[in-house]
Amino acid sequence: MTLNLLMFYLLSAVILGFSVMTITTGKMLRAAVYLLFVLVATAGLYFLLNYEFLAAVQLTLYAGGIVVLIIFSILLTSHISQRFERPSAWKLWIGAITLIGGSTTVLWVLLSSHFEKAATVTELPVDMHVIGEQLLGTGKNGYVLPFELISILLLAAMIVAIVIAKKEKNQN
Amino acid sequence: MIQGITIYHFLIVSTLMFFIGVMGFIIRQNLITILLSIELILNSVVINFLVFNRFLYPDQLQGHFFGLFIVGVAAAEASVAIALIINIYRRIQNIDTDEVNEMKF
Repeated sequence: MTLNLLMFYLLSAVILGFSVMTITTGKMLRAAVYLLFVLVATAGLYFLLNYEFLAAVQLTLYAGGIVVLIIFSILLTSHISQRFERPSAWKLWIGAITLIGGSTTVLWVLLSSHFEKAATVTELPVDMHVIGEQLLGTGKNGYVLPFELISILLLAAMIVAIVIAKKEKNQN
Repeated sequence: MIQGITIYHFLIVSTLMFFIGVMGFIIRQNLITILLSIELILNSVVINFLVFNRFLYPDQLQGHFFGLFIVGVAAAEASVAIALIINIYRRIQNIDTDEVNEMKF
């Protein structure tokens, strides 16, 4: 067994284990922290795939931004020591059936299909130079349009978040 | 190509992660924990994009940029969802899905 494979098994064990704990734990703050572990291990998978830039984005934006936001909102909306009541039995059954049925179907299709790489492609080195040129390029392999779209989307999301969460003035 | 690891390894992990997220979406009752399940689902999809990019089309960066944009959209979605949740909490002091069933009151 190579070290690569060992690292992969470690990361995927962390991902799957903490995913299950995220959806089953009784305390909400713990669920958020388990999600943080899942996100960090996912960043590890990106490192394994040699996408260092996306791994860094995942660490800073997801693990640093979204999880902190979620923890803030948990502290604003519920008591730390609050425990959930257990989900009702029929919900658990529906969830378990979805999990087992869905994953066996998808895994069956996955394992019975054959993925083939085009024979003559040369591997593109993913460094900051290539990423920057493609992200802001307008020609072939240029992604400047979605880049601009997402900047507008982020601005809209920011305005919406402020408008929705703003305290209403007292009407007289 | 990554030495020793096939494309199936990654895809099995991301499939299981996706369906664990779907199950969490079904069995949870609190709005914030439902949001956590959505983050799980989005992450598994990003893993799929990157794996297909790396293993099948390593001469381009399409999956990489899709992953990048999904992370950005997830950030926007989380911020708007949390604003909505906090607003709901202000009105009825509760964010359980069983309690939030009237749109206007």
